[in-house]
Amino acid sequence: MAGILVIGEIQDGAISAVSGELLAAAGKLVAEGVSGGVSLAVMGDDLSAIMAVQAPGADRVIRMSDPALKDEGTGGYDAPVLAVAALNESISPDIILFAKTDFGAVAGPRVAFKLGVAVAQDCIDVALDSETGRVAVTRPVFGGNALGIYDFNGDGTQVVTIRPGVFDPVEGEGSGTIEDFDVSDAVSRVRAVLVETIVQDSEGVRLEDADVIISGGRGLGGPAPFEQLQELADLLGGAVGASRAACDAGWVDHSYQIGLTGKSVKPTVYLSVGISGASQHMAGLSGARNIVAINKDDNANIFKSARFGVIGDWEKVLPAFTATVRDLAG
Amino acid sequence: MALRIAVCVKQVPDPETPASAFKVDESVNRIVPAPGIPPVVNGFDLHAVEAALRIKDAGDAEVIILAAGNDFVMDVMKKPLSMGADALVLAEDPIFEDIDAVGTVKVLAAMIEKTGPFDLILGGRQASDWDQAHVPLGLAEKLGLPSVTLARNVEPQDGVVRIERALTDGYQVVEAPIPAVVTVSNELGEARYPTLRGIMAASRKQPERLTLDELGLTANDLKPDLSLRRLFIPESESQVEIIEGEDEADAGRKLALRLRELNLI
Ligand SMILES: Cc1cc2nc3c(=O)[nH]c(=O)nc-3n(C[C@H](O)[C@H](O)[C@H](O)COP(=O)(O)OP(=O)(O)OC[C@H]3O[C@@H](n4cnc5c(N)ncnc54)[C@H](O)[C@@H]3O)c2cc1C
Repeated sequence: MAGILVIGEIQDGAISAVSGELLAAAGKLVAEGVSGGVSLAVMGDDLSAIMAVQAPGADRVIRMSDPALKDEGTGGYDAPVLAVAALNESISPDIILFAKTDFGAVAGPRVAFKLGVAVAQDCIDVALDSETGRVAVTRPVFGGNALGIYDFNGDGTQVVTIRPGVFDPVEGEGSGTIEDFDVSDAVSRVRAVLVETIVQDSEGVRLEDADVIISGGRGLGGPAPFEQLQELADLLGGAVGASRAACDAGWVDHSYQIGLTGKSVKPTVYLSVGISGASQHMAGLSGARNIVAINKDDNANIFKSARFGVIGDWEKVLPAFTATVRDLAG
Repeated sequence: MALRIAVCVKQVPDPETPASAFKVDESVNRIVPAPGIPPVVNGFDLHAVEAALRIKDAGDAEVIILAAGNDFVMDVMKKPLSMGADALVLAEDPIFEDIDAVGTVKVLAAMIEKTGPFDLILGGRQASDWDQAHVPLGLAEKLGLPSVTLARNVEPQDGVVRIERALTDGYQVVEAPIPAVVTVSNELGEARYPTLRGIMAASRKQPERLTLDELGLTANDLKPDLSLRRLFIPESESQVEIIEGEDEADAGRKLALRLRELNLI
């Protein structure tokens, strides 16, 4: 048993940025003394364009190509889970790292439980305990209200999923080896099948890419005020987001939801209107650079993380804010 | 023939506990229960109960609630019954405070073996205490069943279950053969409130209890592979600049000017 297996992801035909973040986490463990090298596994239907040079930080790149692995096999992720389990059997890593993406949050635990070992989800740090030679991880718990440091006991494979956006991807060019691993037999045992995917095309700027986000919560009191948020977002070339409370109330679609169980965003300015700033909401904002809050409650949690705030009724504050923005633009 | 549906639920501290009342006892790595704030059934688990009850409403189904934990508050744990579930099965033991998900999966799998067979096993997408989002996935692997996550609609059909799986932008339709494990998300829609009749009916029902022994498990089987070394509340210093004005509108205007001054907008 040796080394670190990093489960990379393919996006638009290339190794995703998040995979680079995983390689950085692996690099940290190697620097702390984990031996056996770092292998990056990638999956897809056609990986002929994937080269080791695209994976700095990986000693070897392992391509697993199969039609069943197109778009992560989607649905229940059966195919990639079976593929990783087969690869694990062949190379027996000490540590397997996934990203806590839609895919990794499911595939990581499924692989771990298939091996009968523990998994630590959504970690923001990994470290080697020099005494035990085992991994310790840090992860937000209770919606981000607290942090837990966990130890892997025993001697089983240590499966970890890493929160995206925490590690800086390894830069430069890769110099590892490249090989193909045949999974055609393993992926033939798929059970959950994808029937169709219905994508809700959002108009305008995607939340994940937006540089300015105007976000509304329960304090808005209904769906109509979101039109005012949209108007302001349009003025600033931004996008509109929401808290879960506003989505659950049906005021906006769930695709607007930001937070632990919604989207993670990284705008320069995040203007929250009538949002209390529950830790589960803030969990989606670790990449936001300037949080600005309009809230009538001076005790609201959002003011703990905000850089700028106005304490007041949004119905009075926001129109004046928007009018000033329009004047400045005009 | 009636479908048998198991819903796995967990008792958790109320996640709406205000941050100011959220305390950790670092000497034992535990959350200090906030005074006067009772625990709740994990929110997403109630969505799973709702999904099961919708299937029951649409046809014929028996809904059985399974929970493993410690210090159950019976009024809390009976909520799924008062919503309309048929039976509640509890495994309660202090040892469950410190087991990891591998252990939890062993306990729930043993409970399912005792009370099954089931056509569907549902659970919430994630528990609001430890946020691991993986026990149902483990259960599926342990029981050798397919699993599908983040359901916003669950519809059993002839021998398969058809699931609408929530994506951040839209959804997927996924089909899995029955029996299957499905985790449910809040996109399903609000869980129903208990009716007075439901509450009365629930008060008359007693939970079935299973001991570790009856489940064929020992403390040794449940030794954690992943253990909590330290639990703490991260320090955070507020750096907020509160913008004031003559009135609220003036403060809004000044906020815009301040952001422009710093070239942020
Ligand atoms: C496991 C789990 C996962 C979760 N995931 C997410 C997630 O991904 N995203 C998310 O957002 N939440 C999530 N939540 C829910 C979260 O805990 C909060 O319940 C939610 O974020 C609250 O939304 P809110 O701030 O809009 O509402 P509230 O907490 O009700 O806050 C409303 C705010 O509006 C202010 N207000 C009211 N009227 C006015 C006015 N006229 N002018 C100005 N201010 C006003 C109030 O002072 C208050 O601060 C999750 C919860 C759990 C348990």
